[in-house]
Amino acid sequence: MKKLFVLLFSSFILLGAMAQVDKGNLLIKNGTVITITKGNLEQTDVLIKDGKIAQIGKNITAPAGIKIVDASGHFVMPGIIDAHSHIALDGINEGTNPITPEVNESDVINPFQIGIYRALGGGITTVHAMHGSANAIGGQCETIKLRYGTFDPEVLKMDGAPRTIKFALGENPTRSHGEGSGIVPRTRMGVEFVIRQAFTEAKEYSEKWNQYNKAKLVKGFRGAPPTYSYRHEVLSDILNDKIIVHCHSYRADEIYMMLKVCKDFGIKRIVFQHVNEGFKVAPELAAQGAMASVFSDWWAYKFEVYYSTAYNAAILAKNGVVTSINSDDGEMMRHLYHEAGKTQKYGGLSDEEALALITINPAKQLGIENRVGSLEVGKEADIAIFKNHPLSIYGVPMFTIVDGVVRFDREKDPDDMRLVVDPKQAIETATFRDKLSDQDHCMEGAEFILDSELFNANKK
Amino acid sequence: MGLLTAIVCIVVLRVEAQSPKGKYGNVALTNATIETITKGTIQNGTLLIVDGKIAAVGGNVSIPSGTETIDCKGQFIYPGMIDAGTNLGLNEISSVARTTDFNEIGEVIPQMKALTAVNPNASAIPVTRVSGVTTALSIPTGGMLSGTAALINLHGYTPDQMFAGFEGIVLNFPNTGRRGFFDRRTDEEIKKASDKALASLNDVWEKATQYQKLDSATKGKAGYYPELQALIPVMRGEQTLLVEVNASKDIQAALKWLKEKKVKKSILTGVAEGWRVADEIAKSGIPVITGGVLELPTRDYDRYDKAYANPGLLKKAGVKVAIKSESNNNNYRNLPYHAGFAVAYGMNKEDALKAITIIPAELLGVANKLGSIEVGKSATLFICNGDPFETKTQISHVFIEGWSMPMVSRQTELYNEFLKREPGVKK
Repeated sequence: MKKLFVLLFSSFILLGAMAQVDKGNLLIKNGTVITITKGNLEQTDVLIKDGKIAQIGKNITAPAGIKIVDASGHFVMPGIIDAHSHIALDGINEGTNPITPEVNESDVINPFQIGIYRALGGGITTVHAMHGSANAIGGQCETIKLRYGTFDPEVLKMDGAPRTIKFALGENPTRSHGEGSGIVPRTRMGVEFVIRQAFTEAKEYSEKWNQYNKAKLVKGFRGAPPTYSYRHEVLSDILNDKIIVHCHSYRADEIYMMLKVCKDFGIKRIVFQHVNEGFKVAPELAAQGAMASVFSDWWAYKFEVYYSTAYNAAILAKNGVVTSINSDDGEMMRHLYHEAGKTQKYGGLSDEEALALITINPAKQLGIENRVGSLEVGKEADIAIFKNHPLSIYGVPMFTIVDGVVRFDREKDPDDMRLVVDPKQAIETATFRDKLSDQDHCMEGAEFILDSELFNANKK
Repeated sequence: MGLLTAIVCIVVLRVEAQSPKGKYGNVALTNATIETITKGTIQNGTLLIVDGKIAAVGGNVSIPSGTETIDCKGQFIYPGMIDAGTNLGLNEISSVARTTDFNEIGEVIPQMKALTAVNPNASAIPVTRVSGVTTALSIPTGGMLSGTAALINLHGYTPDQMFAGFEGIVLNFPNTGRRGFFDRRTDEEIKKASDKALASLNDVWEKATQYQKLDSATKGKAGYYPELQALIPVMRGEQTLLVEVNASKDIQAALKWLKEKKVKKSILTGVAEGWRVADEIAKSGIPVITGGVLELPTRDYDRYDKAYANPGLLKKAGVKVAIKSESNNNNYRNLPYHAGFAVAYGMNKEDALKAITIIPAELLGVANKLGSIEVGKSATLFICNGDPFETKTQISHVFIEGWSMPMVSRQTELYNEFLKREPGVKK
């Protein structure tokens, strides 16, 4: 009986670990290939074998029976990567405590959301599905690939991608907890304190376990182990460089504060998210090797983004900060190529610099730059094919390919791309996004603790 | 002597630190490709600005001696873009209630005038105008009859200096759509709320109709009913009713309602699901200000690009279409990109250009002054180095009613200060 159980249990684990990911073979013919890292190649083919780029060159002979995508006159670029998104998730904020590293977005992935397909329609292939910004230390996030069509949440996960976690500074954690629940933090002072406190406790926790693990090796040891805490396990993993911190932030002062916290606790890998005032501390960010993932031009929807500039990405990039442009929004993520183009208007970035903001740079920020983010032999075949140049306003994604599988085909896909139809859903009900409060998707799921007049006004 | 130099230096620094002002004067713009919108393209043309108006335009314009000249070789001139769906001047920071003035208390408050609360120094105004959007309809929101919207030019020191000659009453037509992720009402609750709203609208309209008759009979002495008084010009067909409506069912209901109530001047705004009932809108002859275009489809089963395609589909069906940007986000500078996406997803480029220039000017009754490059019109225009829809196109000059705008905003000033910050890491 026990054997049977073990057998069953291990086969479940095996099934889970071997989530069946489709990998395609494909030949993309005759496009202008924008490699990002190795220049542009005119009238060039890309051969994909078993989900990976096998060859890039002219006049590649098609292997027998391979599917061919004609990219004549089109632009072939790496699939776009959004380093800040909340799609494909059924829960965004565990807004009950300022410190919640114990929760994980990997538990709430929803492969049925139509938003996944819509993102493919914008040339997106990989997204960082993030926890929200209600908490100073929020939940762990999941890097997913848009393998739309699967019913299995496991299949969406980018197996082997580094672990990441969401932090948040400024107005969101202070209004969620200080204003909403009357507990620290209500100010940026409090935000710094709760983060330092959490890390200090985690260090003590690790120390206790280290002592215990050492002591129990001594013959005759009779002590009890310290109390296990998953929260402190995760915090320790951050301190031991096993998790990349992605920190929601806006103002220069709070960014600078967090840089000092990282220095003090030896945290090496941090990506600041939104970071609207990153341009003010660009030299400090560059000196510490911190990265920045920004909006192209969003501003003025709350006080901490009032002194923003659309030149933020250009200033950061020119100061040597690895910078990406993200969406944080199910609509904007459909045209990150256009948002990247805005850095040419605001700061005069070259085509290569602008496209790096949505390909290789976000890949670096997620620690997956060896696998995706550029078109190179051996990399995963995540590709977007555009009619007209992707930085042109007239650029239109025609095909989006993930692991060599065509997941979006503008000409051939039917209008209705839902995977399942909810029989209870009213056919006639349309949803119009609220223009006032939808700018901050980071707070989805945490409305209940807000006393924001806008949220209340909209609830009536 | 040293002291004197020091004082002079301080004075000079002071002057430099001031924000630059607009400059007024007669100017000749030469060697430009002039996109007139209404009368084709003029290659290698000259445009002469005299007393704030376009005095001459063409390939062979004589320039009065002493006129300042701007050589526009390789550059293009377009009429200023008009965003007919903003809350410019009424909204500083949308989530800080004390900085917003677009949402007064009350369901029926057409007498609340946007022009009153337009802040000429709102930080978004320079941000918007340096991108070529010179004119904006500033709209109150909230409630059913939210107030009176006003068209403003994005330069001036008082609301009256900015006023561009159009005011219209805003009606949020009863809505059966959901408002977003936090709108968790049941379908039944939504229907009830919208039925109730329609009943209340009809009630208001009935009162306004009676009041209008009384007003005529008493020669304006029917008593002080400000919300009803404000509706009289609409009743009499002298003022436009701006009907915000988005769901297809609601659009149909609005068309029916406007016909029943015999509203003479009306425009549908928003119209997100217009493509679904485009033929009916076309048949009604009622024009549309649609947008934002950069939006999600409104239903899960709709084609992914329907919001982008909407303006083109409406136009194709024969609807008169203006394009606006998103409301409430202070990113009205993106108006040309909303139009550009409409083009990428099917609209004719010329139509999209008209949809942000001459069409809104016509709809708002200011086409005699704005919306195209024609002799006698206001010199409200911009000079750029390429297709204004293209993201990387740079705008070098903006003129609003003949005033040459300083090409700075807080956003450019921050760029100049921080691109090479001094001191850097070490002080």
